[in-house]
Amino acid sequence: MTAALPDVDRAAFVEFLTRMGDNTLILGHRVSEWCGHAPVLEEDIALANTALDLIGQTQFWLGLAAEVEGAGRNADALAYLRDAGAFRNVLLVERPNGDFGHTILRQFLFDAWHLPMLRALERSADPRVAEIAAKAVKEVAYHLERSGDLVIRLGDGTAESHARMQAALDDLWDYTGELFMADASDAAMVAAGIAPDPASLQAVWLAEVRAVLEEATLTLPASTYSHKGGKRGVHSEYLGFILADMQFLQRAYPGAVW
Amino acid sequence: MRPATDQIWRWLAEVPDPEIPVISITDLGIVRAVEWEGDVLVVRVTPTYSGCPATSIINFDIETALRARGIEHLRIERRLSPPWTSDWLTPEAREKLRAYGIAPPVPGTAADGRLMARAERLVGGNLAIACPRCGSTHTERLSQFGSTPCKAAYRCRDCLEPFDYFKCI
Repeated sequence: MTAALPDVDRAAFVEFLTRMGDNTLILGHRVSEWCGHAPVLEEDIALANTALDLIGQTQFWLGLAAEVEGAGRNADALAYLRDAGAFRNVLLVERPNGDFGHTILRQFLFDAWHLPMLRALERSADPRVAEIAAKAVKEVAYHLERSGDLVIRLGDGTAESHARMQAALDDLWDYTGELFMADASDAAMVAAGIAPDPASLQAVWLAEVRAVLEEATLTLPASTYSHKGGKRGVHSEYLGFILADMQFLQRAYPGAVW
Repeated sequence: MRPATDQIWRWLAEVPDPEIPVISITDLGIVRAVEWEGDVLVVRVTPTYSGCPATSIINFDIETALRARGIEHLRIERRLSPPWTSDWLTPEAREKLRAYGIAPPVPGTAADGRLMARAERLVGGNLAIACPRCGSTHTERLSQFGSTPCKAAYRCRDCLEPFDYFKCI
């Protein structure tokens, strides 16, 4: 296996893998906050299942990040023992859940990026990246199908649900641009054939988003501004609260196991 | 002692899936390889879904079953590629699922873009999934995400019973 691995800057590769894993970890945690609180039982179960898929994918991404890093850490150490500044998720996934429609819209905006990203990673020059992507893409296809359907149902629903979905879209829109911004680590991944240029995914993302929002009778915001920082560890205040919750057990009882 | 691998496959065929005990882990198609490396038996297992909580229990059950048969040196490895697909369910497993009340996967219903969902919306129901209780295809999907990651929740419009559908992936 080692013979086939591409020549790549290790720090940039770890950065990329950490970004993938932190996106799924933080979104998975956010979605799991709904467990027991969703508006109907079927949606509670669907949210929990989605969170489970994302946390499972996190184990693969952060597991590989730890392996490539080669510093004796594992996926659990990366998830539970890093502080906020070391997290590399985009700001979108740490946004608060808001109401159910807000959570679903955040999920849709993420899924519409996640699916084409994974499809591109299936062709990664690194077989370990390709096999994680090939596994995750099947699950994420179901995530996008569901979040897209619900955006349409709620957007093109009652006056109340429509207004809430439009408000959620207006609130979240300025956090989507970060998904497509590239830095030196991304450029190193492109050069090594490991991952696509983030900007190359924007057209297909926008096409999916436009189609669904149109059917949902929602208005695409005109803003082209984007908040950024998460990819390089500069986070909103929300991440600290997420970590305080998520990491409590390992911080209070170091090394605790089931 | 180094029992032949076909013997080990037969032992593994007796290990039930912890979530759906009417089928075995070999029926499910998740045991991908069994081989001896010197005096160590290596069993390679693939997860159905990335976050499936049954995965660690399955590994534990495999270890328990093989140790009970006298296997002393055993290593269970995760294999991700090729990714598990519901196509690997054996024909016998599909019938066992149906008899147990879970509609087996219907090829061609995997989430792929959202074409299937749109087609289903247009016809106001699903296209091919039969109620495991009465056999009617007059059924509707309640949720693509059911009691476990691998199942969707459906309802029969004829006998009115809800049922699980083992979804395609």
